[in-house]
Amino acid sequence: MPDTRYAIAAVLVAAAVTWGLRALPFAALTPLRASSIVQYLSTRMPAGVMVILLVYCLRDLSLTQTRTLAPLIALAVTVGLHLWRRNALLSILGGTAAHVILASAVFAP
Amino acid sequence: MNISPAVAGSRSRPAPAPAPVPPAAGPSEARAAFKESAGAGLGFIPLGLAFGALVTQSGLDWWWAGLSATLAFGGSFEFLLIGMVTAAAPLAAIALSAFMVNVRHVFYALSFPLHRVTGRLGKTYATFALCDEAYALTTGKQARSWPGRRILWLQLFLHLYWAVSAVAGALLGSLIPEGVTGLDFALTAMFTVLALDAVRDLRGDLPTPALALVSALAARLLFPGQMLLAAFALFTAALLARHFTNGRKPTRA
Repeated sequence: MPDTRYAIAAVLVAAAVTWGLRALPFAALTPLRASSIVQYLSTRMPAGVMVILLVYCLRDLSLTQTRTLAPLIALAVTVGLHLWRRNALLSILGGTAAHVILASAVFAP
Repeated sequence: MNISPAVAGSRSRPAPAPAPVPPAAGPSEARAAFKESAGAGLGFIPLGLAFGALVTQSGLDWWWAGLSATLAFGGSFEFLLIGMVTAAAPLAAIALSAFMVNVRHVFYALSFPLHRVTGRLGKTYATFALCDEAYALTTGKQARSWPGRRILWLQLFLHLYWAVSAVAGALLGSLIPEGVTGLDFALTAMFTVLALDAVRDLRGDLPTPALALVSALAARLLFPGQMLLAAFALFTAALLARHFTNGRKPTRA
């Protein structure tokens, strides 16, 4: 456990930033609604941000180790399940279960 | 359970008849909100359990899971926060990452029905607990008639599912055997699903995810230490450039 005060401060900082992002835009609502740039960004941002976060999660994959196969197979399981059933919970749990099994048993360090 | 008004009315003046109260706003709105929240709850609870388990597996105390789930209520960033806290990242880096990951909430102000929520306290809580799922549920077609109370109840239920399951996961997480690893993939899987759904919502606008992918890979190669910040900046710049070059042409719509 890192220093307790630091761990609490980290949560408070994250909470303050998150709340600010959620609450402050309402104060600027009218100009936001009128802006064509904001409209343009708001429809396209979410997909792009999710793609970036997905790449970020996979940023430390090594292309030379066989252990990399665990997340890649789990990713394929997640995508396959999601394209098949469109059930977010099933896809997440299925992909995670595949990864836990592969990383703990098959490609255990 | 309900006594039908016809039966009650057949007796002339039942003694201290409960005045015809306006249909008890509190409980019925809570019940309706509970029903609406159930689908999202099915997703929150396993993810919250996974989040809590990951917290204790990462060496943090169980109460930290509850603190984070209650105050920094925003699933995806909380998973990232575990890694940053165990790596003792500077608070400024945490603030910056929270900003980049959660900046999408800025756009929620465009359509979240905050005007229906009454009272300063209610509005404060509604913005505080404005997670992705609350936004998605309260802006859908079926939610157009929801009063503010139902919106608040819905947000409270979602908040509770997340906080309670996070604490439960943290307490149960210490029971997970030592050799079991890889639970952190829940975060990757979650972003995979969110990305697939968001890309589908773009209805064939493939340049947008392609620009995001290129931005992320370029940031990974060129700025590995500040990958998220660089990727978001590149992507935003690319979108703006695209907007201004397309602006000259007549729009499709």
